[in-house]
Amino acid sequence: MVAPAALRVVRCGGSKLHGARAVFSADARYLLCTSGDFVKMYSVGTEETVCMLQGHADLVTGIQLNPQNHLQLYSSSLDGTIKLWDFTDGILIKTFIVGYKLLALYALANCEDSVFAVIPKSGERDSFQLVSVKLTKTAGQEMEAKELSVILDGVDESPKHTAFGREGEYVASVKEVNLQVYFFKRKQMNRFSLSATNTKGGNNRFTCVACHPKEDCIATGHGDGKIRLWRNFCHNKEYTFSTLHWHHDIVMDLAFSVEGTSLLSGGIESVLVQWHNGSDCKKDFLPRLGSAIEYISVSSDGTSYCTSHTDNRITIINSNLRFSKSIQGLIKGRDVKTGLVVDPRTKALVLNGEPGHLQFYCLQSDKQLYSLDIVQQEYIHQAGLNQLDLVKVAFSAQGKWLATVEEREETDLELQLKLWVFDEETQSFKLNTRINMPHEDHITAMCFRDRDEFEDDSPMLVTAGKDCLFKAWVIVEDTDPEAQQSVSWSCDFVGSYHNYQATNCCFSEDGSLLAVSFEETITVWDSVTWDLKCTFCHPPGKIRNICFGRLTCSKYLIGATDHGFLCCWNLLSCALEWSAQLNVLVLQPDPLSEHIAAVSWLSKDSSLFVFKPNKPRPICIQRNLCKEKIQFAAFVPRDIPETIVSEKYLWLRRSQLYFLTNTQLAVEESLPMTPFSLLLGKHRQQSQEDVDLGKVVIHNHHNQDSPAVKELLHTPAHVLPSASFLCPIFINSLLTSKESKSAEEIADEVEMESEEAEDDSDEERDIIEMEQDDLRPMDFLGETTCRLSKSQEKELRKIRKMDYSWISSF
Amino acid sequence: MGEFEVHRVRFFSYVPAGVRCLAYHRRTDRLALARTDGAVEVYNFAANYFQEKAIPGHEARTVEALCWAAGDRLFGAGLGGDISEYDLERLRVKRSVDGFGGPIWSMAANAGGTRLAIGCEDGSVKLFHVVPDGVQFERNLDRQQGRVLCLSWHPSETHIAAGSVDLLRVLDVGSGRTVQRIMVNYHVQKSKKRECVVWSVAFLSSGTVVSSDSFGRLQFWDWERGTLLESHTVSTSAVLSLAVSEKEDSIVVGTSAGATYQFQLLPVKMGSQDKHWVRTKPFQHHTHDVRAVAHSPTALISGGLDAQLVIRPLMEKMQKKGYEAVLRKFTFPHRRLVSSARKARLLLFQFSQHLELWKLGSTDESGKDGEVLPVCRAPEHLVQLKSKGPEHIYCSCVSPCGSWIAYSTASRFHLYRAQYEGDGVSIKKVANVPKLLLPAYQLQCSADSGSLFVASDQGSVHVLQLLEPGGCKHLHTLRPPSGTLEAVYLLASSADGNWLAAASGDWEIHIYSLKRFKHHCTVPMYSCAVTALAIHPVTNNLVIAYSDQQLFEFSIPEKQYTAWSRTVQNSGLHRAWLERDSPITHIAFNPKNPSHILLHDVYMFCVLDKSLPLPDDSASLMNQSALKQLPETARKRQLHAFKICKKFQPLLFADLLDENCLVMVERPIMDIKTQLPPPIQQKKFGT
Repeated sequence: MVAPAALRVVRCGGSKLHGARAVFSADARYLLCTSGDFVKMYSVGTEETVCMLQGHADLVTGIQLNPQNHLQLYSSSLDGTIKLWDFTDGILIKTFIVGYKLLALYALANCEDSVFAVIPKSGERDSFQLVSVKLTKTAGQEMEAKELSVILDGVDESPKHTAFGREGEYVASVKEVNLQVYFFKRKQMNRFSLSATNTKGGNNRFTCVACHPKEDCIATGHGDGKIRLWRNFCHNKEYTFSTLHWHHDIVMDLAFSVEGTSLLSGGIESVLVQWHNGSDCKKDFLPRLGSAIEYISVSSDGTSYCTSHTDNRITIINSNLRFSKSIQGLIKGRDVKTGLVVDPRTKALVLNGEPGHLQFYCLQSDKQLYSLDIVQQEYIHQAGLNQLDLVKVAFSAQGKWLATVEEREETDLELQLKLWVFDEETQSFKLNTRINMPHEDHITAMCFRDRDEFEDDSPMLVTAGKDCLFKAWVIVEDTDPEAQQSVSWSCDFVGSYHNYQATNCCFSEDGSLLAVSFEETITVWDSVTWDLKCTFCHPPGKIRNICFGRLTCSKYLIGATDHGFLCCWNLLSCALEWSAQLNVLVLQPDPLSEHIAAVSWLSKDSSLFVFKPNKPRPICIQRNLCKEKIQFAAFVPRDIPETIVSEKYLWLRRSQLYFLTNTQLAVEESLPMTPFSLLLGKHRQQSQEDVDLGKVVIHNHHNQDSPAVKELLHTPAHVLPSASFLCPIFINSLLTSKESKSAEEIADEVEMESEEAEDDSDEERDIIEMEQDDLRPMDFLGETTCRLSKSQEKELRKIRKMDYSWISSF
Repeated sequence: MGEFEVHRVRFFSYVPAGVRCLAYHRRTDRLALARTDGAVEVYNFAANYFQEKAIPGHEARTVEALCWAAGDRLFGAGLGGDISEYDLERLRVKRSVDGFGGPIWSMAANAGGTRLAIGCEDGSVKLFHVVPDGVQFERNLDRQQGRVLCLSWHPSETHIAAGSVDLLRVLDVGSGRTVQRIMVNYHVQKSKKRECVVWSVAFLSSGTVVSSDSFGRLQFWDWERGTLLESHTVSTSAVLSLAVSEKEDSIVVGTSAGATYQFQLLPVKMGSQDKHWVRTKPFQHHTHDVRAVAHSPTALISGGLDAQLVIRPLMEKMQKKGYEAVLRKFTFPHRRLVSSARKARLLLFQFSQHLELWKLGSTDESGKDGEVLPVCRAPEHLVQLKSKGPEHIYCSCVSPCGSWIAYSTASRFHLYRAQYEGDGVSIKKVANVPKLLLPAYQLQCSADSGSLFVASDQGSVHVLQLLEPGGCKHLHTLRPPSGTLEAVYLLASSADGNWLAAASGDWEIHIYSLKRFKHHCTVPMYSCAVTALAIHPVTNNLVIAYSDQQLFEFSIPEKQYTAWSRTVQNSGLHRAWLERDSPITHIAFNPKNPSHILLHDVYMFCVLDKSLPLPDDSASLMNQSALKQLPETARKRQLHAFKICKKFQPLLFADLLDENCLVMVERPIMDIKTQLPPPIQQKKFGT
């Protein structure tokens, strides 16, 4: 039983796995790590996610096993709560409300009823203190934990900058070039400071601290890659330290082994270094860990280590320093240039991964499936070095072919187009053709012709470049008998239009037409004869995105300009069908339906509009989608089509829309909810709105068999609210609506709004304006004026005249 | 035009010899140092680390070990097979005894300083009694294969630890038996087995033997059981030397990669008795092998083959930060190795076994201040005088006219007459030099080149008259009225030939009248070593520089300190001046400007203008570059007595020739480094 629900955005993945130190369970079979607002538990053996602890309302900043019960976990979050979980069953046991942002969490074995946390100092910015939080043992789910006592002042916010020593005897905290050590029993505080830079220009800033588990020894990491081992620090004067130096840059994290015989360190070199007995000469390395090490943790039985990396990966390492397992989340490259592409074969999301690699990211499990090395060159970690970068990716319809473009910009541009064929044997892509300098300038767009189910006959690739050309590439049989492969790709056609830069290209669904946009103009070409069929434009804006309609709407071509217009042209009449004022950033057609999603950006937030090309009216509008700019979006086909009743969300039936913001990957989804909550929820929402606004509300089609009524009739009685409550709703829904004239009726411009948008319709200015084209004739380039048919116009009027005031009784 | 025409001399190709061994004497706070050429030096830490004694080397007498024993007697032993006792008053070997065991590799004195143990090439350890007139053979301990490279007494004097190749032995002094044999490379795999040389051992009172070996390890052994207690790999190259502090809570080791490390005995946990050795501080002050280390109560001392002596104070032992806690490095001797003939514009360079006479180049152009002038006549190497025999040169001098050259070794005194004919020079040895009590510790010609002053032991100075065309006559021997055992090591004669000042090893300065060959007066005793002396040509004031950087001016005619000297003492010298760490080694005067005193140490050259006010601590001492930017009026106000130039480094000699012509003899450290054998190849990151 699935009911339509409000559209909502779910953050579905890609959140940082390296937000805090990961924690091994006591038996080292599970690994717990923070992932955005959640805590994820992975199985060490299988790398699979075992469960997810959800409940915090903000970023989780620290997790610690309960020292008294190793099956329980404390977690702290920026939402000001400490939660105690039973992580094996995934149950939230208790919530302690502290009321301050918690930035780090520490738990000690000898402090039974308190934990330690770093909180911002009230009244001072950028000043933090270490406090002990008394956790009262009373019954109940939620309780206040307001008994805080300050232990150290002026600590750093990072959890790496504070560490508790042997048996909780002391706490060491570093900030800038100062180390402070507080002895709990003697209540003595010792401060040590280094000069900011040493004579050789090294950077003495502290970056992390760790304490020896058995001895009085503190290890600190520094900005210049040095590790200092402090001893005798109970004396203010006779303290001493020795130095270990291998890292050439900042030491990111340090960890002692369980017995303290070895020290692990990691930095941006992505090498894990194991130092034995604090000696400079005996050290072991585990190199090539992929990316900078952010955190190191050690399992309590000493069998495994785990490193969290900046590329969202967790590596599990055996204690003999052998690589064991890795858990890879979504790699966030510095810049996702390829956009979001769906691999037709695996339905995985494909985008830039590690430098020069393409990552195949499984949306369902929030894990990377595999990474394909495209550039096939060693990446050199050096600032300011221009290296080959992957910029464009395209799959053919069935995923047999993969085209990639990499570029390197130095004094002159270096471009490479690579075509990869899927090898059934190895189940991976194999390089087929490499084309050097396919264009003289940057490639702006690339697409495959998706002919039909059997694409073997003649797949075709079109690339558009800033060198004012577009090129079509086809497979040719290799005549050379010595060649390893029978087919390769070569250029078939080079087209240009008035020496304008080609910016976008797109094939129609059946592959017969190719649309290429040249700055302000869209040109449509016959893909067989390469005749220029017609051109469209919507001056003065340059074309930002184009796409063809699909299925029943395949006669339409949609284009978005950077001047804030979304236009739909009819290919049969070669005329503008409709246009709407909308600053479209992303235009994404659903491959399985006629629907097209457009994401607009207006000053503060992004809005989503879903429409069919044949109707100038969006099916669905979702404002305030998110506060960040949406960079890319992709429709990912569902495995099993959802049964969605609401027409408004019908577009989500076969696919889900994923989009990538600057920080995270999110999914647009209509989630099934219980009918009870749905009914009440809707009711509450609507009545509120009506009270607030008290104005005439325009609604879209609402049939007698509205889902709410249907739900009411089909839901078991015991889960429904009281009959007296539901009765007026039911009665009202049966009433026939009265006709009444609306003020908007006379206006030529029609405002279309959905329920979700009405609460802020007063302030919002980016209302879609559906323009009747006779007001603004589009006779540019001598095209026939686009005009709505009489019947269509009549229908529009009819919609407008309908009065939905009856719904205000809800 | 600049004030002086400066000859910047860089052709003195002096290479100091590497440091071979060190011995620190706690009671007198002195450090004895032996160099690879056999020279022995004594540094007085109390007198601001001044090198107060220097015994030149001997070709056949290398020193492998130095020991202080029986109070403050210094003994050395070397590959010559002899044990020598040094006479620190007369600065020569007092007597030596053959060890009868072949070359001696090591020597150690017991805690009481009554007995010496030596380790010989033939594998024997021999004991010697220290008796008032030298050492006396006592007994042989167990002899075994392999040379004994290092020795250490147990503080209770009952056992001796001896290290040789692959092996560490503990010998019982009473029975003479080997009571423990420890194979140091037992843990190394058979296939990888190389020779493991135990370079150094130390026997701690707890019964722990510490050894450092060629595998770069510092190991701690329980001598009774022969078991390894702790092993620290210090370096990939050999650990050559180790020294233990008196409290036995700190060890310093030196490696062949030029690094020194400190190990400290630290409690494992706060307040617990369980302690272990932890490597704490690394220091990289040397470029070559650190052959010798010593541990004073407050400092780590290391000497390397790069000829540097480094004294690194331990911060935690210092009462306060500041001058006392500053690292000190000594590369050059605190003596003059260059003498100049002012009139003839010649320089005489003293090497260990030869002398070089150079004629300075000249220019006929003049330029602005700071400008480099082209040389129209290149400097010319006139003569190289090789000393015969194995002994090294003690001192040398050239007369102001350039026609007399004199030098002395331990047993011989040589005087040469040089004649210049056109571009050529001919050298003739002066026969029949008077028989003097040798060696001479300092030679000085009078300003008119008519007489030569020879500093000798027991505070005496011989006056020789130089006779044309090539002869000399002993005129008189000047002796201090009080009598002393210490040798004279600094001389200064007045320009008018009336006065001679002589400083002896007990830091007394006597002034003699040369007219009457009589003792004139004694400069009031000051509690520090004299580092330089000179008599002003016009006023006959004696200017004295002490090792604590104090300056005094003593009027010879009035037999008292001058008024300027009193004001200096009353107001005190600038702090930055007092905190320099190298002594003034030469003083000269500018006859055209009587108020100027020219001073130099290794790092600076200073013109001291007595007519200007002394700077106080708030002003900058080194203000020459700042002054240049000031306008004329403001500059007047900022002027002070010390005009310091640090352009020439390291400066071995600076003197004023006539006609406003300065000569600066530099010896860049890089030039010395290129003369040394290549150091251990070490991978440097980023290369």
